[in-house]
Amino acid sequence: MSKINRRKFLTIAGTLSAGAALTACATPAPTAAPAAPGAAAKPAAKQFKIAMVCPSLVNDAAFSQSMYDAIMSVQKEMGGESALMLKYSDNVFQVPNAAAAIRDYAGQGFDLVIAHGTQYGNSLQEIAKDFPNVAFAWGTATDNFESKGLKNVFAYNPKAEEGGYVLGVLAAKMTKSNVVGVCGPVEAGDAKTFVDGFKKGVTDTNKAAKVNVTYTGNFSDVSLMAAAAETHTKAGADILTGSSQSVVGAIGIAKDKKIVWFGTQSNQANLAPETVGASQVYDWSGIVKEMISMINSGKKGTVSFESTLKNGGLKIVYNDKVAISADAKAAAAAATKDIADGKLKALP
Amino acid sequence: MSELFSLTVLTGIAYSGIRLATPYLFAALGEMFAQRSGVVNLGVEGIMLMGAFTAFAMATWTGNLWFALFCAAFIGLLMGLAMSFISVNMQAEQGISGIGMHLFGLGLSSLLFTKFLGSTKAITGFQPIKIPLLGDIPVIGEIFFNHNILVYLAFLLVPIAVWVLNKTTLGLKIRAVGVKPEAADSLGVSVSKIRYLCVSFGGVMAGIAGASLTLALINLFQENMTSGIGFIAVALVYFGGWTPVGVTLGALLFSLVNALQLWIQVLDKDKVIPSDFALMMPYVLTIAVLAFGKRTNQPAALTKPFDRGSH
Amino acid sequence: MSQVRRIVNTSFETLLPVVGVIVALIIGAFMLLALGANPITAYGALIEGAFGSQYSFMQTLVKATPLLLVGLGVCIAFRGGVINIGGEGQIIVGGLGATAIALALPNLPGVLLLPLALIAGIISGAIWGGIPGVLKARLGVNEILTTIMMNAIAQQLSNFLLRGPMIDPKEVLAKTYLPQSAQVPEQAWLMRLLPPTLLHLGTILAVVLAIGVFVFLWRTIIGYRIRAVGLNPSAAKYAGINVPTYQALALVLGGAFAGLAGAVEVLGVSHRMLDGVSGGYGFSGIVTALFGKLHPLGSIPASVLFGSLLVGADKMQRAVQVPASLIQVLLGLVVIFVVSSDIWVRRRASKRQTNG
Repeated sequence: MSKINRRKFLTIAGTLSAGAALTACATPAPTAAPAAPGAAAKPAAKQFKIAMVCPSLVNDAAFSQSMYDAIMSVQKEMGGESALMLKYSDNVFQVPNAAAAIRDYAGQGFDLVIAHGTQYGNSLQEIAKDFPNVAFAWGTATDNFESKGLKNVFAYNPKAEEGGYVLGVLAAKMTKSNVVGVCGPVEAGDAKTFVDGFKKGVTDTNKAAKVNVTYTGNFSDVSLMAAAAETHTKAGADILTGSSQSVVGAIGIAKDKKIVWFGTQSNQANLAPETVGASQVYDWSGIVKEMISMINSGKKGTVSFESTLKNGGLKIVYNDKVAISADAKAAAAAATKDIADGKLKALP
Repeated sequence: MSELFSLTVLTGIAYSGIRLATPYLFAALGEMFAQRSGVVNLGVEGIMLMGAFTAFAMATWTGNLWFALFCAAFIGLLMGLAMSFISVNMQAEQGISGIGMHLFGLGLSSLLFTKFLGSTKAITGFQPIKIPLLGDIPVIGEIFFNHNILVYLAFLLVPIAVWVLNKTTLGLKIRAVGVKPEAADSLGVSVSKIRYLCVSFGGVMAGIAGASLTLALINLFQENMTSGIGFIAVALVYFGGWTPVGVTLGALLFSLVNALQLWIQVLDKDKVIPSDFALMMPYVLTIAVLAFGKRTNQPAALTKPFDRGSH
Repeated sequence: MSQVRRIVNTSFETLLPVVGVIVALIIGAFMLLALGANPITAYGALIEGAFGSQYSFMQTLVKATPLLLVGLGVCIAFRGGVINIGGEGQIIVGGLGATAIALALPNLPGVLLLPLALIAGIISGAIWGGIPGVLKARLGVNEILTTIMMNAIAQQLSNFLLRGPMIDPKEVLAKTYLPQSAQVPEQAWLMRLLPPTLLHLGTILAVVLAIGVFVFLWRTIIGYRIRAVGLNPSAAKYAGINVPTYQALALVLGGAFAGLAGAVEVLGVSHRMLDGVSGGYGFSGIVTALFGKLHPLGSIPASVLFGSLLVGADKMQRAVQVPASLIQVLLGLVVIFVVSSDIWVRRRASKRQTNG
């Protein structure tokens, strides 16, 4: 229902802004564009306008969806579309296309342009220079380019290993076979840090437990991911986890074999309610809100946010439909606290 | 790594290999008929995606898996008919029109998914059926006789394909049309009818191949979930030398090696072999086996449109 | 009189792809309506996004550059009677090769480093196309199979290098481990021609090479032989041409051009090697070549047409916020309609022949 409304709204907004863009086109050179957005942003009542570019679909049940969901929840909190407007381009895996999209949104008077993909960094650095009046956010990343003289870029980075560690503790407590399987995509980025944290969590908690790790070598091969999950179960695993949008394949197998799955990036419980025990959720809403208030008070960048278990940017969300013992939950809570207090390092 | 040769692991590899081979078999056997009649359909991947989506959506809405499978086959038929029209009537360059068909299916399946389902929730797919008696044989039973119905269907198709191609008049006509369409035409065989039939059949099989993913092997849909299976299926037709048995062996080789490399990753705790190299194995071995195996000639009229007027 | 007829025929042939595009867009209009978007606004944005400003037109040219380079390779391969579906993999290894050289010799001056990096890309691509070429020539292995498989192998090779030996040391330090190389030294970048637009020297290089390929195919012995092998292998064999060798050569050259495309993308656009650099150009390059009637010079406007579609469609997505997948549907339809429309050209050609 709200989806339909959103689409209608976006269509109208799209029509308006395309019209605006056409008019803007009459200005001779694009170099003139940077001056325009600041002027355009103000008269539009008090609506805050966000544009997002992300590498996979916003309904990927993983990385892109985590940001989309966060913005949607902030929108709800702020009072709907009249207070916060989002336009997005999803499935933009290729950097030059993303660069064009980011530049285009920047020139259209958005208050905040989110480049939700680490690979966009290089391009963002160039674009941000040309649009000093627009605030940009870039993640997952740690560099806000302040050292390069840019004052209008935020960076955000999830410490994926933290939630990975906690889920590892849960897995170690719950496994009966003492074998846990990890279905990875490519051994890189937050998939790698998540897996590293998870492995450490399991072995720190249960010395007897083995962690088997496989990779499929890409982010979309659902079928190979399913085969990997199946291999893990044949190798004795009774708990599975994994990262990237292609894990839906593994979740399907976990459901079939009636074993527990731990998710990451987005809350994956709705993919298979009786299978997903808990998910590490990237909850960007706190960061989004913080950025909005900073931008409203005139600060457009130079901050690097870190999502941690401590600041609530990472959340372990349990799924009530899957039984998890109080003992396991207590151990997980203890690990969460130790990580938050800095007593425990999630990465080896 | 010595566990690699344990019975559990070897059975595991064989079982997974057979399971993994299922979508390749459906798609490649269908494509083989299309190619035997002289048409390369590079759009298999796109048709598979549409089949996968249709089956998933229908299963979600109606809960009836057979109806879902039927719908996927029907969508495959429609796209196969479109491909027939493009290559037979419009005589379009087949390599290119197939890429168009692929893009179309890739985009439309994702678009419809976003529009009508939005988010995905696992369905309960076809469950494994243990074949009485045979399924109780140790090892063999576990490997061969404890699969879901679509796996059995895929392998049942192989002898049927052999029989149709080699023992029936239809098979004779198909082979004739693929090698010497002019001669077939002069003997009263309708080249376009045969090609329509074969390409559409290939479409139906691609649709079912896609459905086998969402209804039996994965039970979920995701954008671009085939991730290259359709293209590999086309390659397997070349690998198999345009014979059903050859295509089957190719599908099995590719899938078994894929299952093997996953086991290597599981057992290789210290990652002595980087996962990337393990993942290359099925592709490298497929090329290597073909390079040193025997070769058959491709159907002489493959990719060549037939224009009755010009002969 | 015949002059007039020739002009009519030529313009008919050139306009036909455009008509195909328009028919596809008309169908797309109904899909846009179904999605609740205004087709006029949407297509307005498409045109504006591709040609509306200096920046967007330059963006179109930037997009057209790899398409043209891959397309040139496809032209050579097709003319030699072989089909190269391995563009994706060849682009990837080309990008890797160029990056590796540029990073290995950071102290060389640009005049040396840039050409060296480009050549490294060319050689890497040529090897990646050469493997299927040699396998076909020596062992008769079908090139469609090998090129498809080589794409997957290249992807895994790239994963391995970008998360291992070639990963940006900063990624390891920051513990973010993104699979990308370090930035290549600035003197190895392809010069920006019209800042702030992304237009770079690679575009000019591609156009020059298009002319070069034309001269090569129609004015040199080797080019003539490649075409002879493609037109009629048995006649070529009878004329004493070593058919397998020239088919292999066609695949090597096809790979070389795709490899160069990868190098140009790295040195001209992304300035580092990262995942997804091939971006489907391996496939859309094939389409480009066909739009250009498999003629190197025809590929120039074809690449601009296809590039403008890609750039404009992205803009359309942003303007009316339709799902990005609609663009793939549209491109698929465009490809199907354009290849299908080709029949009218052939019909006219054969009519012309029969009429004398």
